[in-house]
Order: sequence, then structure tokens, then C-alpha cells
Amino acid sequence: MSKKKPVTDNDNMNRLNRITPTTNFLFNLMFLILALVCFLPIIFIFIISITKNEVLRTEGYKLFVTAETVSLDAYTFLWGQKHIILNALVISVKVTAIGTVLGVMLTCLMGYVLSRKEHKLNGFLTMLVFIPMVFGGGLASSYVVNTQILGLRDNLWVLILPLAVSSFNVTIARTFFRTTVPDSIIESAKIDGASQWTVFFRIVLPISKPVLATIALFLAFGYWNDWYQSMLYINDTSLKSLQATLDSMQKSLEYLTKNPSAGMTSADLKKAMPEEAVRMAIAFVVAVPIACVYPFFQKYFISGLTVGAVKG
Amino acid sequence: MTDEKTRAKPHKLKRRNKWTRDDTELTILALPTTVWYILFCYLPMFGIVLAFKDYKIVDAGKSFLYNLMHSDWAGFKNFQYFLTLKDFPMILRNTILYNVVFIILDLVLPVGLAIMISNIYSKRKSKVYQTLMFMPHFMSWVVVSYFVYAFLDGDKGLLNSIIVFFGGERIKWYTEAKYWPYILTIMHIWKVLGYSMVVYLASITGIDTSLYEAAVLDGASKAQQARYITLPSLQPIIIMMFILAVGRIFSSDFGLFYQVTRGANVKIAEVVTTFDVKIYQMVSTSTRLGQNAAASMFQSIIGCITILTANAIVSKIDRSSALI
Repeated sequence: MSKKKPVTDNDNMNRLNRITPTTNFLFNLMFLILALVCFLPIIFIFIISITKNEVLRTEGYKLFVTAETVSLDAYTFLWGQKHIILNALVISVKVTAIGTVLGVMLTCLMGYVLSRKEHKLNGFLTMLVFIPMVFGGGLASSYVVNTQILGLRDNLWVLILPLAVSSFNVTIARTFFRTTVPDSIIESAKIDGASQWTVFFRIVLPISKPVLATIALFLAFGYWNDWYQSMLYINDTSLKSLQATLDSMQKSLEYLTKNPSAGMTSADLKKAMPEEAVRMAIAFVVAVPIACVYPFFQKYFISGLTVGAVKG
Repeated sequence: MTDEKTRAKPHKLKRRNKWTRDDTELTILALPTTVWYILFCYLPMFGIVLAFKDYKIVDAGKSFLYNLMHSDWAGFKNFQYFLTLKDFPMILRNTILYNVVFIILDLVLPVGLAIMISNIYSKRKSKVYQTLMFMPHFMSWVVVSYFVYAFLDGDKGLLNSIIVFFGGERIKWYTEAKYWPYILTIMHIWKVLGYSMVVYLASITGIDTSLYEAAVLDGASKAQQARYITLPSLQPIIIMMFILAVGRIFSSDFGLFYQVTRGANVKIAEVVTTFDVKIYQMVSTSTRLGQNAAASMFQSIIGCITILTANAIVSKIDRSSALI
């Protein structure tokens, strides 16, 4: 790289102030191993999922698969049972999409109002957002409120609403609006007769895309990866998301046999099912979208954290 | 525009303490989120009432609130039940010990690795390592539990194959309590290492390079630079992360302790049950609402106290990084 650029003092300094080549090699080796340890498991479960079931049964899980031991039975089986997987996929996508849009709206509305220091209720609303950061009702009370008072058991909204807002995200939004959106723009819009509604939707939101993206990503990954809400509130199999399906399967593969396709008894199904491979195939199907997508959004997660750390 | 602004100012000052149209509009904008906060944060806080009640269904036809109102008061009986559980000292020990180990490792390892990776020659390689090491952060614990299962399963797991290959005996990992403190610690580190490393690395790249240049001119070695420039520059963020982690010492990552252990079965429960696991088990199996509420309220209250204490200490050290 330095060949193309003219050599500057800075480059010379960097060349002088370097770790030794041996140390560099050792560091590289160490990070290579760490990176593989972090990434290999996903490859490993993929390999298991395409290995013949007989081989798995006799030899256990292997890191390698050869032409003789490879088999796509697990995926063919999943395709045969696609109503379950597709239904779960639809639920996951629905929850992620609705939740992200709703969450971003609720978060930014509150963040914007909190960023307006002249608002008479500013102190009150700041406390409203702050208190849940340090004190919560706890799992048992939330559970009782959601099931007994709000009637959210076995309801799609229980996967969406409780995760829509977090005080952490509201604080990120508030800090962003306070530091990045100039007061003068808002003032002049108000003088021109714009309502706060117009100011927020027509002026503030369009110039706040970075923070919208950050919060949307936090929420989207949170919704996609959530299994806890389903575990607590969802018994109805038609409302299980991908993560929840995977979670139920961990408890028993009976789950699939309990919900056989039309024309197949559960005994038939059990025979036809390449058990171990299917488990791993589903885990792979759940993990792979995220593994493909996160490298592109990584930087927002880091910037979001640093924005959140700056107090407004 | 400047003319308009100066004209607008006295106008605004005059009406400072009056409720303006602006205030109404902002209040309306805040309304949906306020309703959300009331329903999902403040309503559960009133669950504290439940913790002092001996909840019984007085009249099955009536609503939950009616029954709650007509149940007997229990005083501190529900709290007493939880605090005198046979398992309570074990749960307290697990929660705190795991947190202490995690807090120490979460500081030492990511900071050390961040300093190392910032010194690698090739910036492109460094980016690749960071991205790969970031992946576990985006995997849910359910998916991770499958990764672990592929390694630890008693019959087919890779680890046992390796042990057998070297002439050892198969180990039934999922029912042997003595291995779990190590497994859980390793999995925790595996999940958070890349993320925390990148966070610290972001602060390292923010350090003024002239400090290092001056050090080189004075003949400082790389190790000395790390010791006398990098570490002191990271000190504020290290202290803040440390104290925030101490503030959360009574809570635990439910996914790690419940999913990775495949449901915290009886054989290993003694070393993997933390407050969150116990409370989940109570909520999902027991219908004694008062006792459940008391257990989770206990955790909330001591959690609140530790967070506020930690925050008080932060604001003593560095006013600007405090939470409040």
C-alpha cells in the first residue's frame, strides 16, 4: 500500500515504531486461531447437517465430510416439512419487520421530545425513561401483567410490544438529536408556523438517518434473535418463530413428529427423519442469515455504542 | 433569518412559564411511548403489591385485579420463603462467583487483545479477524447451544471423539457438574470477546499518535508504550465498564445458564443455577404468584441498590461518565 503513496514522515515513524516481525507473526497466528474458534462452529454444524445419518450414528460428528458420506437428506426432509419452517420464518419476519418499525417510531418520538429542553414536561419524561434503567418489576410481575391484565398470552403482539422500547435506545436517540440537529433549524421552522409534528417528521427524521439506522439494527437483530418471549408466552405452535422452533426442538424432536404433514403418521415420520442432521440443519438455517448479514452492519453497532456513551 | 430570531426571543421569554402550543404538541408526540412505558415498565412495578399478598383466586369469575384485591396480605412471608430456600445460598454463590470471574476476564482479555491487534502490520487482516470474532455476538444462545451440543454430546460429540482417539474415556458432559463452571466461562468469553475487543480498540485508535511519537524519540519499547500510554489512556473507559459490571452483579445472562446447559438439569443444577434461572423455573412451574413476585422483586431491589451504589462511585471518580 505504501508503494503507491509518497512516503511521509508519518509512514517513517510507523515503520520505526513497529513490533518485531516475529511478534507480528505470533500475533497473527493467535488472532487467526481465535477467529477460527469464533467462526468454525457454524461451519461445523453445516457439515453435520450434510452428513449421512448412518455415519453420524456410528462415527459421531466429524469435522470433514467426504463424497461417500455426504447426503442432503436433512434438507430434503426439512423441505418436506416446509409448512413448519416456512410458518416459523413468516412469524420471524413479521415480528422483526413490525417490531423494528414500531420500535424506531416510539424510540425516536420520545428521544426527540426529550431533546427539547424547553418542553415543560422535560423533567418528568426524563425520569419516566430513566427509572426503568435502574429498577424493574422483575420477571414474575411482568409475566402476570402481560398474561392476566394485558391478555397477551399466545398473541403475536407479545413477541413485539415488550421489546419495542428500551431506555438505552431512547437515550441514544435523545443524545443524537440534541447534539446533531441544530436548534436554529427547528426554531426557524417553528417561526414559519410549522407544528412540532411537521418539524419532527419533515425536518428532524430526514436528517437523522444514522441514528435511525443504528436503532433499527439494534432492534432488528434483537427481534430476530429473540426466543425468550416465545418461551414464556407462546404455546401455540403456529405462533412460534424460527428461534422458538429451534428452542422447542432442543427440548424434543418430538416437536416435528407431533406436527406431521398430511398423509403421514408420526411413526412413518420418525422412520423417515434423519434426526441429528435435521437438528443441525435447522440450527444452520436459523444462524446463516445473520452470519451473512452482520459484517455489513457491524460498524453501526460500534458507533451506536459510542454515541450512547456520550451524555447529552 | 437572524432578524426573525432576535424578534422571536423576547416573545418566547415572556411566555416562558405558560403552557404553550409547543408544549401540547410535544406532549402529544411523547404520548405513545409514555403509554408503552406505563404498560410495560410501570405496571409491573406495582407487582410489588403481589409480593406482599397471598394471592388466591377468590372468585374464579372475577378479574385478576378483583382477586388480587381480595387476597390476604402476607407481610414478608413471601420474601422469607425465598430467602430461606435450601438452595438460596447456592444460588447467591453461583450468581456472584460467575459474575466476579466474568468481570475480571472481560477486562483483562479484551483489553490485552485490543492492544495486540492494534499492533498488527496489516490493517486488512486485522479487520478480517475483528469481523470473524464479532460473529458470536450476533448468535442467539439457542443457536449457540447447538454449537456446544455438537462438541459436547456424550455419544457423538467431537470432544469425546478426540478423547477416545487419544485413548481416553468418554465423558457425559451434560450430567457432570464439575466441568460446567469452565464450560460456561469459556462460552461467555467466546460470546463477548470479539465485541468488547472492538469497543476497546475504538478507544485505542482515538489516542493521540503524537504521544507515541514522543515516546519513540525517548527510546520507549512497544511494551513500555502499551504500559505507559495505552493503558492510562484506556483507564476511564475501563473503570466505567468495571463499575457498570459490578452494578449488575446480581443478574446473569439467562440464555447462557439455561440454554447452553440444555435446561439446567438436576445433575448439574448445583453449579449452574443463578437468580435468573431460579426465577424462571419458579414462574414457569409454580402458580404461587406471591412467592414468584417476591423472588423477582428481591432481585430487582438488590440490583437497583448495587447499580445506584456503583453509579455513586462513578460520579465520585468522574462526574461526566455517571449514569445520572
